[in-house]
Amino acid sequence: MPRFSEMGWRWHLLLAFALLLAFALPWLGDDYLTKLATRILVFALAAAALDLVLGLGGLVSFGHAAFLGLGAYVVGVMFVHDFEGTTILGLAPTQNVFLQFLLAAVLAGGFALVTGAVCLRTRGVAFIMITLAFAQMLFYFFVSLRRYNGEDGIALWNRSSGGGWLDLEDLAVFYYFALAFLVLFLAFAFRLYHSRFGRVIRGSKDNDRRMQALGFPTYRYRLTAYVLSAAVTGVAGVLLANATYFVGPAYLSWHVSGQLIVMVVLGGIGTLFGPVLGAALFILMEEFLPDLLDLVATGSGEYWQLLLGPLLVVVALFARRGLLGVLVGGGR
Amino acid sequence: MDLLLLLQQTLNGLQLGVMLFLMAAGLTLIFGIMDLINLAHGSFYMLGAYVTAWLVGLVDAFLPALALALLATAAVGYLVEVTTLRRLYGRDHLYQVLATFGLILFFNEGIKLLFGPQPIFLQPPDWLSGQIPLFGAPYPIIRLAIIAVGLASALLLWWLIGRTRLGMLIRAGADDREMVQALGVDIARLFGAIFALGAALAALAGAMAGPILAVRIGMGEDILILAFVVIVIGGIGSVRGAFVGALLVGLVDTYGRALLPDLLAVFLERTVADAAGASIASMAIYILMALVLAFRPRGLLPARA
Amino acid sequence: MRKLFTAILASAAMAAGSAGPAAAQQELKIGLLTTLSGPGSGLGTDIRDGFRLALEHLGGNLGGVPTLVIEADDQRKPDVAVQKTDEMISRDGIYLMTGQVWSNLTLAMMPTLARNRVFFISPNAGPSALAGKQCNPWFFNTAWQNDNNHEATGAFVQKKGYKSVYLLAPNYPAGHDALAGFKRYYEGEIKGEVYTPLGQLDYAAEIANLRAAAPEAVFFFYPGGMGISFIKQYAQAGLIQDVPLFGPAFSFSQDILRAVGEAAVGAYNGAQWSPDLDNELNKKFVTAFREKYGRLPSLYASQGYDTALVIDAAVRNAGDDWSDKATFRKALESVVLETTRGAFRFNRNHFPIQDFYVRRVVKLEDGTITNRVVEKIFEDHADAYADECRMR
Repeated sequence: MPRFSEMGWRWHLLLAFALLLAFALPWLGDDYLTKLATRILVFALAAAALDLVLGLGGLVSFGHAAFLGLGAYVVGVMFVHDFEGTTILGLAPTQNVFLQFLLAAVLAGGFALVTGAVCLRTRGVAFIMITLAFAQMLFYFFVSLRRYNGEDGIALWNRSSGGGWLDLEDLAVFYYFALAFLVLFLAFAFRLYHSRFGRVIRGSKDNDRRMQALGFPTYRYRLTAYVLSAAVTGVAGVLLANATYFVGPAYLSWHVSGQLIVMVVLGGIGTLFGPVLGAALFILMEEFLPDLLDLVATGSGEYWQLLLGPLLVVVALFARRGLLGVLVGGGR
Repeated sequence: MDLLLLLQQTLNGLQLGVMLFLMAAGLTLIFGIMDLINLAHGSFYMLGAYVTAWLVGLVDAFLPALALALLATAAVGYLVEVTTLRRLYGRDHLYQVLATFGLILFFNEGIKLLFGPQPIFLQPPDWLSGQIPLFGAPYPIIRLAIIAVGLASALLLWWLIGRTRLGMLIRAGADDREMVQALGVDIARLFGAIFALGAALAALAGAMAGPILAVRIGMGEDILILAFVVIVIGGIGSVRGAFVGALLVGLVDTYGRALLPDLLAVFLERTVADAAGASIASMAIYILMALVLAFRPRGLLPARA
Repeated sequence: MRKLFTAILASAAMAAGSAGPAAAQQELKIGLLTTLSGPGSGLGTDIRDGFRLALEHLGGNLGGVPTLVIEADDQRKPDVAVQKTDEMISRDGIYLMTGQVWSNLTLAMMPTLARNRVFFISPNAGPSALAGKQCNPWFFNTAWQNDNNHEATGAFVQKKGYKSVYLLAPNYPAGHDALAGFKRYYEGEIKGEVYTPLGQLDYAAEIANLRAAAPEAVFFFYPGGMGISFIKQYAQAGLIQDVPLFGPAFSFSQDILRAVGEAAVGAYNGAQWSPDLDNELNKKFVTAFREKYGRLPSLYASQGYDTALVIDAAVRNAGDDWSDKATFRKALESVVLETTRGAFRFNRNHFPIQDFYVRRVVKLEDGTITNRVVEKIFEDHADAYADECRMR
């Protein structure tokens, strides 16, 4: 990914267009579109956060659903206690979304710190599998957690409160809220990418020994990136719970981890903006592919995954830089 | 819990392990040699079970159906390798995850299109039905057959890799592709053959497990994750490691489910112990995996030092 | 996109003369959101096919109102289910929602539907969370409260005089509800109560422990793939002759019987419906379903069929004012109807009051494995949570 000053005109056009579209969307006044776009923003945030380890660090985490789920469960658990009027570990529950963000980031980041310390001792395929294993552990934990409805999950009858000055129940407000977080994170990640920290991580991805020989404690750098990525994914989890009015173990299933990876690669790995495009493309396909197929032949819509599967294969085979690569050319 | 029951449970654990080994063998072979992570291995397992069930329904003879199913799945595997996965060798694992994730979706929906969404019927043949007494309880013959087939496959792989020219090429190809090519071996065909072998092994696992499990869409994913745990514990790419890892996972899982609630009931109230035991049992193998990797990041018996 | 699709469909229907011009102004739009792809699509397909068949039998109208059913696939993912619900509400303007299979997806969809004042008529999932204190004016269930079929089986095992049982279920809320439901009506000794991880494959360890505990009977709740694996392995262990198997209808529904074959023959299960229930409607349904789809209908298919009948009756009850939501709710609440399972009406918590039967798995002369009614175990049975419900 180039620095801002080095970007070609296509980059600028794309960014300008994306920003304009993102800001203008709620003005169309179509509730359904706004909700769909909100869901895209939430997954875009999670995918961009995943790209921090995937693209930047070359670490294929197959367990990011765990962090997403942890963030979502912060909202769910708080809701349950608030609804019942009970305390949690002796403390009063909070519905304040900013406190929930903080909690989600700390919890997800903490879980990443503990598990990452083990995971990052491995490389390659073993890393993929062990991140998956930790996510599965957490999945089974929540499935059997009776206090919070286990696999049934928690229906949220209201969204988190916006600290008194934001009404998150309002479609447009919630949309801009999610958008703000995405833009903030992208700006931060963009700076990180070109910082010394980012260069070390990228260097470690290409040649870990060399970076170590240069005196960088790359293990600690990678662990930091992993924890950071997890914390942001946890924040995305808080948004996901609020967007869907629901929290459940299904958010921690390995399919969700796979889906996040798909989004990153679909959009363009290691590009931060790519995963945003990937999230949009994936969710739009999920939403419209069945309808499209039904238009071609009535009743064929339910077999839409028969088309999605090979499509992913083609992306893996040919589109190394993903959708972003197609749109801005050379890109990297 | 008396000794006989403990012996029964040990046998159950070993049997589960052998079943997992059948699944893991092909997976670890392909990992070890082509450095390819194949999520669609579970699809070949499903294909093996479905085709066997379909053929048994047609010809009513288990062994011929099994043989044909293995051939058919090997052919599909070969086709997948040639058209798709061949282009992914040497690429980042990420793209392999993506492509084979796509293949899972494709095979699941394809099976649904061909066989319908409902699970289908597969029964052990008459000569594998029934039980024989073992450790004071009747033991199903079909499970003994699974043990036998699993051990036979382990031996066959050991012989194939350790004692044959193909095995020598496989070992050499894994270490140094250029070298093997310099010897005048068509490495593309070699890899194609190995992949087909891996697919056939998965199909064998599916066909053998099919009579005791549900033959349904997505059955591959259920067992795939367990198989991954097995090969990571054993050491990726090592068939020996997969065997040890499989038995270990089988035993830990079975003991966890069979003994934990009783053990916990010593300290806890019965109902609490039952629930807690079940929760911990479902996580036991993942805890085992984390422990193994914490101390031996390359697994118990890594393929190459 | 969908608008376009809907428009095309509508114009096609007009051309075919199935909907008059006056009726086209007021059309009943129903969302049918269920699992149609991936693992777990078997049940969703059954419900959908049952619903479609009923609509066909009713000439494409429910309560005399032309009906448009908008189908969608939730992939068994809660976030997708909520997204599709949003879409159906704000794009298609659905009047009511149905089709859902799973308890967790049902709970996920509920806040969105209630907030938008859309009726939710669940043809399957009936979680206790929506039957008791949190009963909801927008939620109706046309199948059962989750515990009901377990209660029926418990009462039967008690009546048959089995002195001890061994209980097994997956370790998730429906599993705990199942065993609680069974124990509500069974008073004998519980020799073991085992919760296994969700999605478990091999039950050899549990079966060995069970054998050692030597109960007189076994009650288990394993839906879908888990049930198929358990029944096969239980039969293979040679236990089925000595220790009979009991379960709710879900453990022995037609989709499971097809996959386990003779292993299940002789087992008893509690259900609100059976393919051989002796009433005209049911005969018509079973014959037509078999003819149209080439398979025996399952419990779930009958629920899809009955759901359409219930909506039909409610629209008819409400008369010309059916689009007024208060009127329609009253009409739904007061539905009294003959369905494929016999008499049906709603309780105060919008869950059914109906009869329950005990069925036995049999092999017919043509080799088909299916269920046959043994006896009626409950008359006009209601669930245990209705008293806690204060419907607003």
